Formats: sequence, C-alpha cells, structure tokens
Amino acid sequence: MEMLSILRADGEYDPKLEPDLSDEDLVKMYRHLILVRKFNERGMALQRQGRIGFFIDSTGQEACQIGAAYALNSNDWVYPTYRDVGVCFLRGVPMKVIFDQLYANAQDYMKGRQLGVHWGYKEKNIVTIGSPIATQLVHAVGTAYAVKYKNHRVVTLTFFGDGATSQGEFHTALNFAGVFKLPIVFFCENNQYAISLPVRRQTASENIAMKAWSYGFEGTQVDGNDILAVYKAAKDTIDKARSGGGPTLIEGVTYRMGGHSTADDPSKYRNQSEVEMWKKRDPILRFRLYLMKKGLLSEQEDRKMQQEMENEVNETAKEAEKVAPPALSTMFSDVYEEMPWHLKEELDDLMKEGT
Amino acid sequence: MAQLNLVQTVNQTLREEMRRNPDVVILGEDVGRNGGVFRATEGLMDEFGQERVIDTPLAEDAIVGAAIGMALYGLHPVAEIQFLDFIYPAFNQIVSELAKMRYRSGGQFPTHVVIRSPYGGGVKGGHYHSQSTEAYFIHTPGLYVVTPSTPYDAKGLLLTSMRMHDPVLFLEPKRIYRTLKEEVPEEDYTVPLGKARLVRAGSDITLVSWGAMVHTCKAAVDLAQNEGISVELIDLRSLLPFDLEAILTSVKKTGRLVVAHEATRIGGFGGEIAAQASERVIDYLKAPIMRVAGFDTPFPYALENIYLPPPERILNTIRKVAHY
Ligand SMILES: Cc1ncc(C[n+]2csc(CCOP(=O)(O)OP(=O)(O)O)c2C)c(N)n1
Repeated sequence: MEMLSILRADGEYDPKLEPDLSDEDLVKMYRHLILVRKFNERGMALQRQGRIGFFIDSTGQEACQIGAAYALNSNDWVYPTYRDVGVCFLRGVPMKVIFDQLYANAQDYMKGRQLGVHWGYKEKNIVTIGSPIATQLVHAVGTAYAVKYKNHRVVTLTFFGDGATSQGEFHTALNFAGVFKLPIVFFCENNQYAISLPVRRQTASENIAMKAWSYGFEGTQVDGNDILAVYKAAKDTIDKARSGGGPTLIEGVTYRMGGHSTADDPSKYRNQSEVEMWKKRDPILRFRLYLMKKGLLSEQEDRKMQQEMENEVNETAKEAEKVAPPALSTMFSDVYEEMPWHLKEELDDLMKEGT
Repeated sequence: MAQLNLVQTVNQTLREEMRRNPDVVILGEDVGRNGGVFRATEGLMDEFGQERVIDTPLAEDAIVGAAIGMALYGLHPVAEIQFLDFIYPAFNQIVSELAKMRYRSGGQFPTHVVIRSPYGGGVKGGHYHSQSTEAYFIHTPGLYVVTPSTPYDAKGLLLTSMRMHDPVLFLEPKRIYRTLKEEVPEEDYTVPLGKARLVRAGSDITLVSWGAMVHTCKAAVDLAQNEGISVELIDLRSLLPFDLEAILTSVKKTGRLVVAHEATRIGGFGGEIAAQASERVIDYLKAPIMRVAGFDTPFPYALENIYLPPPERILNTIRKVAHY
C-alpha cells in the first residue's frame, strides 16, 4: 500500500496532487494549525502551574485533526477523541467553551462532570467524548445508520488512535459499517504510541489501513503530518460516503510529540533521537514553507498570526479561570431526564446537612 | 379485547408503537426474518421492512453501541439482546456509555434506547440461558431497569419505556412468556415506572418480588394461607426506580418483610430493599428481614428446579419470619 503524500517535510510538493482549496481555505487551515499548537502550549502550562487538573496535548497531530475536519460539511457529525481539539475549533465551538471544560467551572457545557479534554458540543454535531477507548466507533456507526435510514446526505466522521484498533469495538464497528455500507469515515490517528506501547504492540499487520479490506471496504494510508494529503484523502472518502459509496478507513501516520497526558513521562519508553527525527517532519513547519512558497504568508504575517492566536488563547483561559465552580445540584441533574426519588432524597440530604 | 400471553403482548406493543412513531427501529440478532428466537418480533420485518427491523451482525457491543448513535441522531431504537446471559460484550457500552451519555455531556446528548432482553431460569437453558443479573444494572446510575410479570403490565411498561428520554433495560421473564394469558386492552395505556403492583393483600407479612418469581410467590402465599399466615405480595415491576413507598406502607402494617428473587443472594437487589426498609421502618419490624434467593453458585442445569426458589422454600422463610 502506498502512503498518500503531497507536501513533503522539506516543503516540496507535487502540484498534480494539490487538492482544490482556495487561498482563503489554505490560510484558514494554517490559522487553525497555529491555534491548536498555541492552545496545547497553554494547556500544558496551565496544568504545570496547577491551574487546571489535567491536560492532553496533541502537538504533532494538528494536520490530522484540521485536515480531516476541513472536509466536512457543517451538518455532518463527528465523534472525536480527547486529542482532537482542533476539530472543535474548526467547527466553531467557542474557545471559552473549551476552557470552561478544562476548568470544570459553572459555565462548562459538561457541568464540571468530566476530566479535562472531554468536550462535546451538540450545536456543531460534536458528540461528547468519553474516556473508554474505541467505544465511540460503534456510536458513529449507529449515527451513520440513522442518517441512511432517514435518507439524509450527512456523513459521520470518527477519530481514534492506533491503540483503539486493538479493541473489540474497532472490529464490530467496521464490520457493522461494512455490512450495511454506511456513510461513515473512520480516521485512525496512528501517532505510533498508546501511552507507552508502540504500534507494533497493537498489531502485526503491515499497517492499519489494510485492516479495512477484511470488512469489505477501502483503507487508505496518508502522511498524517501532511495536511494537504489528509484533506485530500478525507475529502475524497467523505464525498464517496455522501454519495452512497460506503465506509472508508483512513490511517494518518503521525507522531505524538509530547507525553500521552500530563500524567505521563515518555522518556521511560522512547528515545529522544526518535522525537528529534519526527520534529523534522512537523506538520506546521512544512505547511508554513508551502504557504510562503505560494506567496500566501510572509514572515511578518506569520508572527502576527501566532501572536494573535497566543493572545486569544491566554485571554480566554483567564476568563474561564474567573468562573466559579459548578453548583452542588449539578451533581444530581442529568442522571435522568427527571430526578427519581432516590436522587432527590440524596440531594435534599446533602443540602440540609451540608456534607 | 384480545387474550394474549406475555411474548405476544411484547410483539403487539412493539407493532403498535412502530405504527405510531416512524422513528422507532428494532435491532438485534435474528429479530428480522426469524422474528426473534422467542418470536417477540415475529412479523415486524414484513410490516415495517428490513431497514426498520434490523438483523445485525452477531455483536452485542455493536447492537447497543449503534443504538446509542441512532438515538443521538433522533431515532428511538429498541435493541434486543437475545439472552441476558449474552449481554456482557455490551456491558461496557451500557455502563460506560449508554447510562452516562446524558450526564457526561451536561444534558446535551440524552440516549433514549430500550434494551429488551429475556432473562431468568426455569427453561432448562443451562448456565448461559438462565441467569438473573439485574443487580449489575441496577447498580448503574443513568439506567432504568424494568421487569413485568403479567401481559397487561408488559404492554404498559414497554410503552412507558419506549417513550422515555432515558435508557431502559426491559427484562422479560422468559419462563412466563407463554404460561399465562390475560386480556390486554388494544388501546394505548401506560404503566408508570416506580409504581409497584399489589398482587395479594395480606396482614401478617410483606413479600416483595418481581418478574417470574411473582408467580412462584403467589403459590407460596396460597400455601401460607392454608397455615393461617396472611401474606401481602408486592410486585415491584420496576427495579430502578423502585417503589419504596409501597414497601414501607405495607411493612408498617405487617411488621415483617421477606424479599424473594431468582438472582444470587450476595449483592442481589434483595439486600438493598432490606437495607432501605431497616433504615426507615425498623421500629415497626417484629422479625428480621429475610431473603429467599438463588444460591450463590453459577446457575446449574440438571438441578435448576432446586436452585430456583420453589414455593416451599419461600414458605419456609415465611414461616421463620412469621414465628420469629
Ligand atoms: C478501554 C480503556 N482501556 C484503557 C484506557 C486507559 N488509556 C487511556 S488512553 C490509552 C491509550 C490510547 O491509545 P491510542 O488509542 O493509540 O490513542 P492516543 O492516546 O495515542 O491518541 C489508554 C490505555 C482507557 N481509557 N480505556
């Protein structure tokens, strides 16, 4: 299987393969890559300073998130993972919503109930993330079934890591999607690790993309640090799904530059030389060179943009930090639509006795 | 009014609701062409088509997981798990996803899914076609757990479940799928969750049960009556939420409480009922609260009639409590 690559690490590209994107599109993509990177820097710093409890960094994987989500329509559905904050930004989730969740404050859409980085935003069809690995794959399949049942022209895109491909739900989801020929795209961000385990401990298969064949549909491998390739693969397969062509599995080959989460120390299981090698393949670096070569970005514009993104991120974080913690009653609401007697009683007791 | 047994009632109720609500879909193993291994979905594929009555691949996690994704997109899926004993591949989906989605999304993504599943012993099914493991699910905030013991209640509870905006595990006591018929009204009616049914009024002992065991309990109540012990029998019908009020009201009158279930004793739901009652009405109690339950062994095959509490074992416990 040949890996789709358009824009190489040195900024050289194959003009024959360039996707059909306007100058505005390209610059918008770049802005979002920068935004995700700046957001990650801030998120890590906030956790290190003890201002938020937990963070998951996606540095190095920006092109997968932005490239794939860029190919979606606004009425499409996404089931992301905790490493896909760029998908939220790109689809228009206000940044404050993202920081409110990290701070688990009173304005958090998730009402302070979840560990940081577990976002969700109904208005933009972004389904709330949970921690269990790979569970969202079957939900995405169900949504795709419902779409087909209702004859809508909506595509469901779901993201997951290489570790997720070892779970039962990876199999049952792809199998189900294949059997019913559903309008869905499975996007595996193969960042080479699942916490400490290299991808070779997840599969003896030559690659992940080829696993699609055993479910009766197409799998494609792309350079996940090449946003043009990611976009092209996603666009082609999303269009295919929309026009009744069934599911596709995309494997984006990328690298998790940081630790698994703020609770992880990657020096225990990988060499710095490997990290250095991947640094040279950075998705933002090469896209910047590309835009400069095309005359769409100058050094000065780049610096300005980076500063703007950084300011926006920092200011929004400050706003979220000011918000009070959630009210006690939010612990008991939304367990069910209406509170059953036993929860009412527990809440009443808590309010009365204060502990 | 038609005389229907429990499984016919489930079938009829699904059909009626599917005629009313185009968003209701059914999915599961063998539910389509075959009409379900117990025939609960017989004829539905012919009437509603194979897109709406979906024969899925053999994968419980995908059945429940897909139902979640369908519900998020606005469908009202009714998933069938062929036997409760085979629900465990979907346990993660039920406990970590289905039951948590509304809460963890801050109310953005409610999951109105009904999971129907035949459960319980007494059909010579052996270990893997017999168990009553309702307690695993009652222990899960975010889920409702329901089990009818009569055709009338099956319809009313199933309609309520299918119209809820929360997930419901609808447990069907397969031993009594065909053992009793009663008049089931054709019109639309519902039975609310959390309201018990008074099966027999009595004055000496309160006996609480659910599912197929309600009928075994009725036999035990008759035996006790012969000995001059008057037993009040309560069918909980829904286990979460459960009608504690009805239990307490009865216990205040009788001063004695026995809970009978097929499930194993340790960690069984009977323990919760006993704890709730002792926390609230201990002053009324004239005897210890006692449980009659399946033994704490795996479910047997050859000896299932001894494993499952027979009326005589319930009677023994009734005697102990009455003569304490
Ligand atoms: C079912 C399950 N098992 C274990 C974990 C703990 N855990 C959290 S993330 C993770 C690794 C996931 O790796 P991968 O799918 O490759 O995604 P990545 O984190 O690399 O993006 C593990 C083991 C979990 N969340 N869920």
